[in-house]
Amino acid sequence: MTNKHTLSVLVENKPGVLARIASLFSRRGFNIDSLAVGPTEHPEISRMTIVVNVDESPLEQVTKQLNKLVEVIKIVELDGPGSVNRELLLVKVRADAASRGAVLDAVQLFRAKVVDVAPDAVTVQAVGNADKLADLLRVLEPFGIRELVQSGMVAIGRGSRSISERPQRTVTIPAPSSAIASTAG
Amino acid sequence: MTEHGGQGSQSVTGAQSLVTSLEAAGVTDIFGIPGGAILPAYDPLMDSQRIRHILVRHEQGAGHAAQGYAAATGRVGVCMATSGPGATNLVTPLADAHMDSVPMVAVTGQVGASMIGTDAFQEADIRGITMPITKHNFLVTDPADIPRTIAEAFHIASTGRPGPVLVDVAKSALQAQTTYAWPSELHLPGYRPVTTPHAKQIKEAVRLIREAKRPVLYVGGGVIRSGAHRELAQLAVLTGIPVVTTLMARGAFPDSFAQHLGMPGMHGTVAAVAGLQKSDLIISLGARFDDRVTGNLDSFAPGALIIHADIDPAEIGKNRHADVPIVGDAKEVIAQLVALLQAEGADGDYEAWIAFLAGLKQRYALGYDAPTDGSLAPQYVLERLSDIAGPDSIYVAGVGQHQMWAAQFVGYEKPNTWINSGGLGTMGFSVPAAMGAKVGMPDTTVWAIDGDGCFQMTNQELATCAINDIPIKVAIINNESLGMVRQWQTLFYNERYSNTDLHSKRIPDFVKLADAYGCVGLACESPADVDATIEKAMAIDDQPVVVDFRVHRDAMVWPMVAAGTSNDEIKYARDMAPQYDDVQDDWEVRA
Repeated sequence: MTNKHTLSVLVENKPGVLARIASLFSRRGFNIDSLAVGPTEHPEISRMTIVVNVDESPLEQVTKQLNKLVEVIKIVELDGPGSVNRELLLVKVRADAASRGAVLDAVQLFRAKVVDVAPDAVTVQAVGNADKLADLLRVLEPFGIRELVQSGMVAIGRGSRSISERPQRTVTIPAPSSAIASTAG
Repeated sequence: MTEHGGQGSQSVTGAQSLVTSLEAAGVTDIFGIPGGAILPAYDPLMDSQRIRHILVRHEQGAGHAAQGYAAATGRVGVCMATSGPGATNLVTPLADAHMDSVPMVAVTGQVGASMIGTDAFQEADIRGITMPITKHNFLVTDPADIPRTIAEAFHIASTGRPGPVLVDVAKSALQAQTTYAWPSELHLPGYRPVTTPHAKQIKEAVRLIREAKRPVLYVGGGVIRSGAHRELAQLAVLTGIPVVTTLMARGAFPDSFAQHLGMPGMHGTVAAVAGLQKSDLIISLGARFDDRVTGNLDSFAPGALIIHADIDPAEIGKNRHADVPIVGDAKEVIAQLVALLQAEGADGDYEAWIAFLAGLKQRYALGYDAPTDGSLAPQYVLERLSDIAGPDSIYVAGVGQHQMWAAQFVGYEKPNTWINSGGLGTMGFSVPAAMGAKVGMPDTTVWAIDGDGCFQMTNQELATCAINDIPIKVAIINNESLGMVRQWQTLFYNERYSNTDLHSKRIPDFVKLADAYGCVGLACESPADVDATIEKAMAIDDQPVVVDFRVHRDAMVWPMVAAGTSNDEIKYARDMAPQYDDVQDDWEVRA
């Protein structure tokens, strides 16, 4: 638990980027705890939030290896206190006429929401950090959990600073034939 | 996303656009084999006035040839293959180039865009397959992307830490009509190699260099790739600090210089290994603390502070903590070290240390025992080859015992004259890589130094050499076995020689084989004939030459640090550990 690190990775929105990043983690022997990918305010840039469980020094190595990927634009580590992190949970809980009231009480307590109702079940949507969602599940468990699905974590730094400001950069290459660097010296 | 500026655009096929793009990137030589998916590209290639395409006999040969070409010239090597098996045959050279930072671009055909993902004939996901073994790779399905992709591929392959880039082009994109326009700008927001070192780090490095008592310059392949040999010579001469050159850096510093201790590592010299192991300051320049250099990492150079300069930040601190990390191009880093040392005074006192290492260098010089039965010592062949072919020739080795002897017993004075497969250790590298080197440097003598095992993996490229007027010379160090594996069986497996006997003094007949391939075949099995044989080979200029040096099979590579053990356990011959004590006392007392 203590070695969890949250990396925000800005990448070019191109086919194969996810495979590149996932295979880098597996090849270097790191397990991804959680992964969320989505668009950003720049249409050509996607943002990945990756939670990994590693010590400080292997984390540095994996960050450097990630940085070497041509399509990775920027990596920022978000620490707990300095950032807001959230996961989304959808859970189908057994709830008949007798138990529905108690289930709805729990849902309200956690400021979760019922998004679907069936005669013998309700589907609850909850947003929060991992601890809060775990607590909610603990309360709902006695009623009977029929199915649950959870998103990867997304995180954003607190304050007004943006990590995706001016991430664009153009490399100007000189005349075509000198695209080949002569290093023979 | 891309600014299509540049020359006026014209309607062409994707294939024509590809060939024109390669010309625009400055390509003059391509090694390859056509096939279904890449076929459209081969048609306009036939008309290219600027590009010579060399038809090889196996795609692996095309890849290694591109590597040899790049390593000899410093320019990007280019190979081409079709989809599926053509592309997968490039996997080994790509992995090899990735490990040894060789600038290379591979262009492969892919099945038509609408067929991708259907398990079509000769379809392989070569982009997916090569992701972990290329610096970057592309799949092009839109013909309009071809010029930009080729420009990016060459830029990425040749800048920063060089490496292989694969461009997979769908057949449909090659056949479609498009407009050709070479980009004036590249849009690579995530690719910004740092070449200029941080002044603060240079200052700190210089402070450590001036204070050190036992410094050593640990020189790696990065010095060769960045062309930093002149700066290195300046730094070494200015400070007097002893130098070791890794397997990838042989030739970065002249072997003839007294302060050169030779190669460190598993088969390094006693002086070079001790130079690192007993150092108080290792100045690592374009090296990566590979396991073959450090031996057991926990006991590697226990008393040394580390200055680690590399263009790839991920190498710094990967294996060994760096006290002074310097991210930058070796050439700039060393030039700045020199400038600051000149300004502040290169006044370090290393006299006792230099004397200690000079003593070791003399006492434990590389050597070998000549076989008592009058048969040929492989080391002797390499010594004579070095003397006769000289430091202006290019030497290209395969992998194994002969590679180590070639690294040890050939004297290198210039960069890019020693080409080998260091990181991946690819048997079969030598003949095709020598072919590539010769194409890149047609006026230089190129010797492939190969083992009988390696040679039988890729020797079909002799046909390519003979037909295309690429007169390489091949020295087969024929000990009729997988020699390095056999050596380990001798040392660690009770001399139980499981599957290492190749019988290659009987089959094949290398002289006849050379003859069949249109090369001159020579054989030599007596020390007395070595000089005359080499001279005969040197005199042939219009044909490839293959010399079968039939050597003593029990010769072993020494010194040796057994895998996984400490550098302190180095043996300079079987069961013979060097004695440091009497020489060591001297600097220990004075330091």
